[in-house]
Amino acid sequence: MEIVQNAVAGTLESNDVFVSVEPGQGKLDIVVQSIVFEQFGKDIFNAAQEVCVQLRVENASLRLEDRGALDCTIKARVETALKRAGEVNNA
Amino acid sequence: MSKMIQNLGDAIKASGLKDGMTISFHHHLRNGDFVLNMVLEEIAKLGLKDLTVQASSLFDCHAPLIDHIKSGVVTGIETNYMTGRLAKAVSEGLLKKPVRFRSHGGRPAAIDTGRVHIDVAFVAAPAADRMGNANGVSGPSACGSLGYAIPDSRRADKVVIVTDYLCDYPLFPCSIEETDVDFVVKVDRIGDPKGIVSGTTQMTRDPVALTIARYAADVISASGLLKEGFSFQTGAGGASLAVTKYLEPMIQKLGVQGSFGLGGITGYLVDMLEKGYFRELMDVQCFDLKAVESIRTNPNHHEVSATRYASPAAKTSCVDSLDVVVLGATQIDTDFNVNVHTDSNGYITGGSGGHSDTAAGAKLTMIVAPLFRARLPIVVNKVLCKSTPGHTVDVLVTQRGVAVNPQNKDLYAAIKSSGLPMTDIHDLKNMAEAYTGAPGGTVPQGRIVADVEYRDGSIIDHIRCVK
Repeated sequence: MEIVQNAVAGTLESNDVFVSVEPGQGKLDIVVQSIVFEQFGKDIFNAAQEVCVQLRVENASLRLEDRGALDCTIKARVETALKRAGEVNNA
Repeated sequence: MSKMIQNLGDAIKASGLKDGMTISFHHHLRNGDFVLNMVLEEIAKLGLKDLTVQASSLFDCHAPLIDHIKSGVVTGIETNYMTGRLAKAVSEGLLKKPVRFRSHGGRPAAIDTGRVHIDVAFVAAPAADRMGNANGVSGPSACGSLGYAIPDSRRADKVVIVTDYLCDYPLFPCSIEETDVDFVVKVDRIGDPKGIVSGTTQMTRDPVALTIARYAADVISASGLLKEGFSFQTGAGGASLAVTKYLEPMIQKLGVQGSFGLGGITGYLVDMLEKGYFRELMDVQCFDLKAVESIRTNPNHHEVSATRYASPAAKTSCVDSLDVVVLGATQIDTDFNVNVHTDSNGYITGGSGGHSDTAAGAKLTMIVAPLFRARLPIVVNKVLCKSTPGHTVDVLVTQRGVAVNPQNKDLYAAIKSSGLPMTDIHDLKNMAEAYTGAPGGTVPQGRIVADVEYRDGSIIDHIRCVK
């Protein structure tokens, strides 16, 4: 999927994550900020990356501001933000 | 003789305060308190150094203490609870000497037995007369009970009353009596009413908290303690407060009357007093305007000192007669030890308050908490700080199940036959981690920034620098 515009999904409420997506600089860039970074930083990054791989997003810049969301929430928010920002090819 | 002094600076001079001494403050004005900051500003102007602040609690509004610590005016802090910017700075190593944490009962015990010596107590008083009789129930900064200030006023070498509402002599009722007071200072304002008490305490609508509260009330019912003369304490937040909502119809149905409600008092406990579900309220701290109004007007709503509330050095205190207490936790471990001092990264965010005192006294000590909070499981292998020892905790209630401390065999049997969703505490930990994943992270390894004193005076744990 090609990222063609900026988009966001989610909130900054506790147990949620706020995801912003922008068209990339030729690669996939994921920045994670989290109140539970010490405990789950790697898991949050992996959850976001997994959705990008599934949706074949290879050129985008993602920023996650996490407030302790579960993986299922993170994946849903990332998917929504990407679809709002993207144009699906060959779909 | 006149005890009235023109301004705070002169009162500090008159008190004979010197370098290295201990000054005390109470926290009834909570996050709206002006007095601690005003006093320290004057002390700094006088060039005094190396003071110890002995405060029953410290809030975000006390952040100016950070600069007084950096400049050497303050070199020691002893408190029962600390939150906000100061707590963060202390966690990061601001203070050379470790903070000494006590509980709301341990502090008056240490003061009354002379383990803690207070040179000068500065008592913020919502109302006072020229001889220092003072109360918390009138004036523009009314906060209700002054329970935490009472041991300080009785034991300190010098007592300075700071008020913004000077009344004609003799003032009644008086929580602080003239026999203990040396000086009285009138200032413009002792606090910001918005930070002192909340207007009304809100009952949570969070379905998870309500589920926990419903199970908690069912556990109380199953314990057999809900009968004539029943006594009860609960917190002002989330699931703890919501327990009263489910307890009320149970008491009504049984047709019994409780003997007393204890603690920090909210409008919900006042409602229960007014409806006759409790005979008396014993109040060391008011949490909202309804509680303030009630303690002022209802003869069955009584102020109690911190000593009488929870001191283990008193011959008896209220917590010794308590049937049920409902408490929160930031972490609880599989041995039922509870952390209410730090967050999961080891930053100081609170303190015992009356947690360990009521846990030790109550027949049924109940911890209510969600399975996980912002992805962090509540049940852990080992708490970062042991605030309340597991042998004083009887049961953990979550939205997914009730785990009874196996040491309490009677309760174990009672809950088992009650139909409540009973689980092992290890299973609650596993259940949470099935949702969240296993948390990584490290335990703070820095130097000790705080010593946690249990109510009997022994050191129960240390808190280490996060950096």
